[in-house]
Amino acid sequence: MGRYVIRRALQMVPVFLGSTLLIFVMVYALGDPVAALFGDKAPDPATAARIRHDLYLDQPLWRQYLHYMGQILHGDFGSAFNGQPVTELMAAAFPVTLKLTLVAVVLEAVFGIALGVASGLRRGRPLDTGLLALTLIVISVPTFVSGYLLQLVFGVKLGWTRPSVSPAARLDELLLPGLVLALVSLAYVTRLSRTSVAENARADYVRTAVAKGLPRHRVVSRHLLRNSLIPVVTFIGADIGALMGGAIVTERIFNIHGVGYQLYQGILRNNAPTVVGFVTVLVIVFLLANLLVDLLYAVLDPRIRHA
Amino acid sequence: MPDTRDPAADPDDARSPYGNPHEAVAPTGGGGALDLAAGEAGTLGAPERPRSLWSDARHQLARDPVFLLSALLIAFLLFIAAWPGALASGDPLSCDLALSQEGSRPGAPFGYDTQGCDVFTRTVYGARASITVGVCATLGTALLGGVLGALAGFFGGWWDALLSRLADVFFGIPVILGGLVLLSVVTSSTVWPVVGFIVLLGWPQVARIARGAVLATAQADYVQAARALGAGRGRTLLRHVAPNAVAPVIVVATIALGTYIALEATLSFLGVGLRPPTVSWGIDISNAAPQIRNAPHMLLWPAGALSLTVLAFILLGDAVRDALDPKLR
Repeated sequence: MGRYVIRRALQMVPVFLGSTLLIFVMVYALGDPVAALFGDKAPDPATAARIRHDLYLDQPLWRQYLHYMGQILHGDFGSAFNGQPVTELMAAAFPVTLKLTLVAVVLEAVFGIALGVASGLRRGRPLDTGLLALTLIVISVPTFVSGYLLQLVFGVKLGWTRPSVSPAARLDELLLPGLVLALVSLAYVTRLSRTSVAENARADYVRTAVAKGLPRHRVVSRHLLRNSLIPVVTFIGADIGALMGGAIVTERIFNIHGVGYQLYQGILRNNAPTVVGFVTVLVIVFLLANLLVDLLYAVLDPRIRHA
Repeated sequence: MPDTRDPAADPDDARSPYGNPHEAVAPTGGGGALDLAAGEAGTLGAPERPRSLWSDARHQLARDPVFLLSALLIAFLLFIAAWPGALASGDPLSCDLALSQEGSRPGAPFGYDTQGCDVFTRTVYGARASITVGVCATLGTALLGGVLGALAGFFGGWWDALLSRLADVFFGIPVILGGLVLLSVVTSSTVWPVVGFIVLLGWPQVARIARGAVLATAQADYVQAARALGAGRGRTLLRHVAPNAVAPVIVVATIALGTYIALEATLSFLGVGLRPPTVSWGIDISNAAPQIRNAPHMLLWPAGALSLTVLAFILLGDAVRDALDPKLR
């Protein structure tokens, strides 16, 4: 197991360097952050040159990248163009998005697995067919459409919750945005656990468990679920990173001041340090989530760690 | 479309076993199914030959109501994407501010948006951008990912290692964030930057599937046999491995088509996808969103059209997967 962990962690390093380099090149090569700083006016050449020098922008791109990576290792993500350290922006934004993602993952796991198992145990019955059709419809409605619809219905028409989230972003305010963020993944989890349960329900070990006289709930909870949920756990783990990155749409609809909001502002103003910093952290989260999933997979399925 | 003949699985049968008595069952509505067998339908073969994966799939699809429904819907969408004028007589860019946010009335069943443009006309014209992006991006990812993945799986070694790591790098970038960063500097109002972006971040998914399929196929007895008979590597790959490994690629590409359309709309909604004057559902939904309390009809019609289109392609992908994956039969 130890060797597997080390090998898997080492594999992550080149991927991390490649992904961040790609983001770095995209942001710095495609726009001119110094020109953006001056807005519509043409910058004074001497000032522009000084700012370029201060920000390492007069160096070749690969040196800028190395310098940036060196800074990150010291926990320094640079400052936004208004002088505010990027880490300060992160400290304000990441807890909010983390909370939103957490709400989404819990909803996704609880309802997705419950519906999927209920449906998988009743393969071919009306409940199963209905749920399958419903999940397809949910998957087809893009997040920004379902977000506005649910906001209109629950926030405006019914008034059950406030249509936009306050800066404090309390958990109860985040229930509806969390549901919106989770909806598509929830449908995928339902389908995945349904398929998995339906497949394993015909396995020999389940028949054995039934044959030796175990009560039904015990067969399901002890034998069937344990084996069926392995792919589901993998999916949910990998989804955490995707949800954090995709939260930008939900945050825009419900006016949540999280990572997506800061990133969007940074991109609008061509504020390169903010954009690169936030995306770099998100890439790290994404890769770490994938690493954790792989390790979890190895714990759950001995065949993988011994391969 | 790939060569649908299956010489490797059945080496002494150079011709496909299509044109059997079941031919008549295939309805005209099954556009996708006929595509799969493009160029083969006229070939005559002995009826009692065993049916290949492709003809099996074709017969299953012809009987699948979900497939027929989605194919009908997609045929309709393709039609209005090609000739939007046939359904909507107006001009999507000619608007009258005096009609701003008016509800439905004769001649304008979906009402008017904030600029006073006819929502029905814009919804009809919006199909073109979405379908173009979806189809082109799918073809691009399937070709690029399919070829790179197949080469990696077939030749292995350092080429495989390099490509797998490269795919990991692109996999590590969250899609919407990458789109915001990359597309925010684009000023073109055509669909091509969006298509290029989706292909750039979408190929690793297809490449993984293609690589896995080729790896599995390359171990098969008939491939070993072809090699033992002295077939070169190029011939083995093109004639024996590729035709049998292409099914999973088609499945993943069909399912991805719907999600690409949703992705384009999401990017357009965020302001970095398609740009006006291109008529796009994503842009219209984004413009309608602030007015959702006063005039929900401006949002609901393009949103409904978008969801229905995505649903049609996802249903198609589902049906094609059921038909092409023998394990599910």
